[in-house]
Amino acid sequence: MNTKDIVYIALFAAVTAVLGLFPPITLPVGVPVTAQSLGPMLAGAILGARRGGLAILLFVVLVAVGLPLLSGGRGGFGVFFGATGGFIIGWVVAAFVIGFLIEKFWHRLNVVTAAASIAIGGVIVDYAIGNIWVAAVVKISYWQATVGMAPFLIGDGIKVAIATIACLAVKRAYPLISRSR
Amino acid sequence: MIAGLYIAGHSALHRVAAGGKILALMVLGTGVFLIADWPVLAAVLMVVLVLYPLSGFGWHILWVQARPMIWLLVLFFAVQLWLNDWQAGLVVVLRLAAIVLFAALVTLTTKTSALLAALERAMGPLRRLGVNPQKVSLAFSLVLRFIPVIAQVASEIRDAQRARGLDKSILALIVPLIIRTLKMADDVADAIDARSFDAD
Repeated sequence: MNTKDIVYIALFAAVTAVLGLFPPITLPVGVPVTAQSLGPMLAGAILGARRGGLAILLFVVLVAVGLPLLSGGRGGFGVFFGATGGFIIGWVVAAFVIGFLIEKFWHRLNVVTAAASIAIGGVIVDYAIGNIWVAAVVKISYWQATVGMAPFLIGDGIKVAIATIACLAVKRAYPLISRSR
Repeated sequence: MIAGLYIAGHSALHRVAAGGKILALMVLGTGVFLIADWPVLAAVLMVVLVLYPLSGFGWHILWVQARPMIWLLVLFFAVQLWLNDWQAGLVVVLRLAAIVLFAALVTLTTKTSALLAALERAMGPLRRLGVNPQKVSLAFSLVLRFIPVIAQVASEIRDAQRARGLDKSILALIVPLIIRTLKMADDVADAIDARSFDAD
């Protein structure tokens, strides 16, 4: 891990924090969508598994020590005991999984493989982990928690699309994954 | 913007070492999940509430901490009432309120720098696993420095895209933002290396 890697990791932790400053957009169906979960998608897709996962881990640790970096100015240890705590911890794994898949597909990366990688990590993996917290905190079954998340998938679809286009554009302009191996 | 949530004071809780407070929070966070009686949990919450005036915080500060979670608590209570009974609802609500308010209290009474320093010390044993605490420390400081810079670059790009009529497009913001800040990151890394930061 050289200095450049450390700086990239810090950069994407900061990008994730800045994404939390954008006010949530409320969809016509009444579901709020925040830009922040784009952070783990971008970190994984642009930095790869190891650096992407560490960037989000760094962000999560900074939130845990009390910086109000989550969207809506939330922060502190209590966040991880709340219903949405699992999604935030899940971001670390999501960024890693996205990075792992993007690295696997790197030489034949296109809209389909990039979008699939980002959706598997950023949506499926993150919900699989997040719903454990939702089920435990709200005391409902894991299945009920999963069904309850359906309206949020609209926002997730938009974010996967944005992250896919950004990932492909950055690969063309400033590739960081092939350079590291 | 990233001043943290700390509010200066001289109470007993302000003076407890950061590491001790984090440990207390972990114990409380685990403890309340082992208790399933609502009267006991109500007593725990009362203790946490009393700690606010004891640490020199008025009701206003307590309210600011509690307000964001109130609708969530109402929702959780309603879900429990529907699926189980009101006792189960109280258990969920009291548990959550006690942890979140205590966690807020820890962050209110501890400087971010003290929490980070405690963290760097706690990472000492990880050295054997190949984690370099100095590198982690560098990364922490870089994030704090990058946040205002990225926000600044974002607003510049927004202005530029507004001139092109693209200010509503998040894509027209994100791609140039990432590429510009990646270039900046390379310069920052070169500057750090030029000052002989020992990365390995």
